[in-house]
Amino acid sequence: MLAFLIRRITQSAVVLLVMSVLVFVGVFYIGNPIDILIAPDASPAEYARAVRDLGLDKPLWEQYFIFLKGALHGNFGNSFVYNEPALKIILNRLPATLELAFTAMFMAVFLGIPLGMVAGIQHDNWIGRNIMRFSILGFSLPTFWVGLMMIIVFSVHLGWLPSGGRGPTTEFLGMQVSFLSWKGLTYLILPATNLALFKTSLAIRLSRAGVQENLQMDYVKFARAKGLSNTRIIGLHVMKNIMIPVITVLGMELGNLIAFAVVTETIFAWPGMGKLVIDSIGVLDRPIIVAYLLITVTMFIIINLIVDVLYSILDPRVRLGDER
Amino acid sequence: MRKLLISFVVLMSLVLGASFAMAKDLTLGLKGEPTSLDPHFHNITSNNQMAIYVFDKLIRQDERQKMQPGLAVSWKPVADTVWEFKLREGVKFHDGSPFTAEDVKYTIERIPTVPNSPSSFSFAVSAITEVEIVDPLTVRVHTEKPSPLMPRNFAAFNIVSKKAAEGKTTEDFNSGAAAIGTGPYKLAEWARGDKIVYERNDEYWGGKMPFERIIVRPITNDGTRVAALKSGDVDLINFVPPADVKHLEKTAGVELFKSPSTRLIYLHLDSNREDTPMVTDNAGNKIKNPMLDVRVRKAISKAINRPAIVARIMEGLAVPASQMVPDGYEGTSTKLKPEAYDPKGAKALLAEAGYPEGFKITIHGPNDRYVNDGDITQAIAQMLTKIGIRTEVNTMPKAVYFGKASALEFSLMLVGWATDTGEQSNCIASLLHTYDKEKGFGASNRGRFSNPIVDQKLEEALVTVDPEKHNQLIIESTEEGIGQVGIVPIHYQVNVWAAKKGLDYNGRTDGYTLPREISVK
Repeated sequence: MLAFLIRRITQSAVVLLVMSVLVFVGVFYIGNPIDILIAPDASPAEYARAVRDLGLDKPLWEQYFIFLKGALHGNFGNSFVYNEPALKIILNRLPATLELAFTAMFMAVFLGIPLGMVAGIQHDNWIGRNIMRFSILGFSLPTFWVGLMMIIVFSVHLGWLPSGGRGPTTEFLGMQVSFLSWKGLTYLILPATNLALFKTSLAIRLSRAGVQENLQMDYVKFARAKGLSNTRIIGLHVMKNIMIPVITVLGMELGNLIAFAVVTETIFAWPGMGKLVIDSIGVLDRPIIVAYLLITVTMFIIINLIVDVLYSILDPRVRLGDER
Repeated sequence: MRKLLISFVVLMSLVLGASFAMAKDLTLGLKGEPTSLDPHFHNITSNNQMAIYVFDKLIRQDERQKMQPGLAVSWKPVADTVWEFKLREGVKFHDGSPFTAEDVKYTIERIPTVPNSPSSFSFAVSAITEVEIVDPLTVRVHTEKPSPLMPRNFAAFNIVSKKAAEGKTTEDFNSGAAAIGTGPYKLAEWARGDKIVYERNDEYWGGKMPFERIIVRPITNDGTRVAALKSGDVDLINFVPPADVKHLEKTAGVELFKSPSTRLIYLHLDSNREDTPMVTDNAGNKIKNPMLDVRVRKAISKAINRPAIVARIMEGLAVPASQMVPDGYEGTSTKLKPEAYDPKGAKALLAEAGYPEGFKITIHGPNDRYVNDGDITQAIAQMLTKIGIRTEVNTMPKAVYFGKASALEFSLMLVGWATDTGEQSNCIASLLHTYDKEKGFGASNRGRFSNPIVDQKLEEALVTVDPEKHNQLIIESTEEGIGQVGIVPIHYQVNVWAAKKGLDYNGRTDGYTLPREISVK
């Protein structure tokens, strides 16, 4: 276990380093942020001053090493646009995104898995077929379109829910969250549902396939023969067996939800990281882009690790790393 | 039945009207979010607009960008190189301290020293050699050379409080600690990406504003912004997308406010080097840059059907342009008219210039910067192809585009320009004057157009303090530059705001959404 963790962490460090070089060089070659940020009537002297102030006059390798030195001390540099530490700006936006992503994931798990299991058991009648129809819609309709439709129906026509923004927040574990007040919750419902739609459909499909496959297995027949109740067979034994693929996929999807909720965040004007990074890419704000991607990669690495550990708990046959 | 309906409508309008008369909060849904609340950190529209909620300038720009007294009640040149400003009496900052000449002096000194500014206001104060405080309400600024545009410069930047801002950083302005101004609203809260909350300054020298609180919500997505208004979540939105204007006009309970803007959409033509990167003859061989010839430039201008672009692509929300600033502004020529669409005349000019068969060119444009920029670029390409200049189109995101444009990688390009000063000399200095790094001219002259008459008239104007002579020189410089087709003006955008019924917005040519332009009907 320990050796496995150490190797994992070393690998991760290399991934992070390579990634930072790629992003750094990539953004450098797209263009100079000053060309976008500066007032178009600024004089050449003012242009030179801005370039110098932001350290963009130095050669690329020197800029990179300055960044690396700072990063090792936990400082990713100041944003070109906001003139505040990049990390601080991102962490400021992180709670909003986490809240949205976890709410969406919660919906996907607690709606998608039960619905999928029902669809798996009742696969030949109208209940199962309708659940599958819903999941096809959830898969194939583009997120931005569904989001706009939801706003038009629930905000503009019915007037039940706000059309966007985050609403009032309450302090919780040192973070600002919306879900603790009813008013805040009304702001969360539409974007979270929008974001959850695709993942719910995914969970439905995965668990339906898992249930159908497992119901044919010998252990189910054996359990039936032993006289176990249907609830116990499905709710415990089948459930445990279908969880491995579901956890793998949803684990990866959680990373996607946090890192790439940008479409939903933009449509619902949700003040999360996705919107921040899109704005930053638009003006080539390199410190924010690099810091954001490094945080994202770290997050994926951690989620992967958790998924691996969860495997070994769910299925005792799985061993971590390559213990022989 | 009809009676019932009418009385219902009347009742509803009473309820709506009454609700605004008593409303305490006003929520705005704006397209952009400021990058900072430090008024001197980043010279960019979204920041400059929000700064005016909290701060004031010595000279304010009215809705047509004419200069009006702000924190200064009057200004005049007392010598060729000295301007005197009389300050308003009895003005207080939000913390209760009085506004005096010391604050003006401090602001002028602070502007060039704001660290890491991606675009500063130095241009406005760099000519000042000395700030002389005559008495607490009189300031004189000295310059080396005569500086007729000095009042315009003082209409560009906001005055901060020396007491509150001294020794403070941009971060302190963002947190609100140093954001102490004299303006109509006080900063209450900034939740980045979500909202900025302002509370009314009841002591405002310009009179009390109608709303106790203003909540500004940044909503970048056009569709979401319109939906937020229709669902009643916000009371007023800016930059209504042209495609939504028609249906909002028919929507009950919503009113639209349009105002022409100073945002010019135009073409730069590479016109000062023999070898231009994006031009070949029809067989694909390199040729000498045809746009060195004014007849070719003129043909390009004549080939463009401006009314069609305005009607079809801009849905009527633009005005064909004849020069760089709309008619009626300082320094605009009354002789110049938008070039008429004349494909035959264009072909004749091409033939006269020695290109009867035309040539091949690529036009470049951004696709995420101006209203419908990608579509306009394509339309222009088709129009040029019609007169024999076979034009290919290449549009790209602004992040990539502007760097390449400044590096002179294009031959023909679409760009926009909004004059913040509300007069034409600023455009000539940046777009038409010969590129000159030392003197600071031609910073955005991406076609490198160069004409001695334009240069000489402008430079003379910039040291002529007499307003009439100054204006005359600017007009002559403009007429020469546009006559020689230094740029090809296409149109000025029209800005559109939409608000709930019961509100009135006085549309501004600079596109700003300001508290003082909002009133309750």
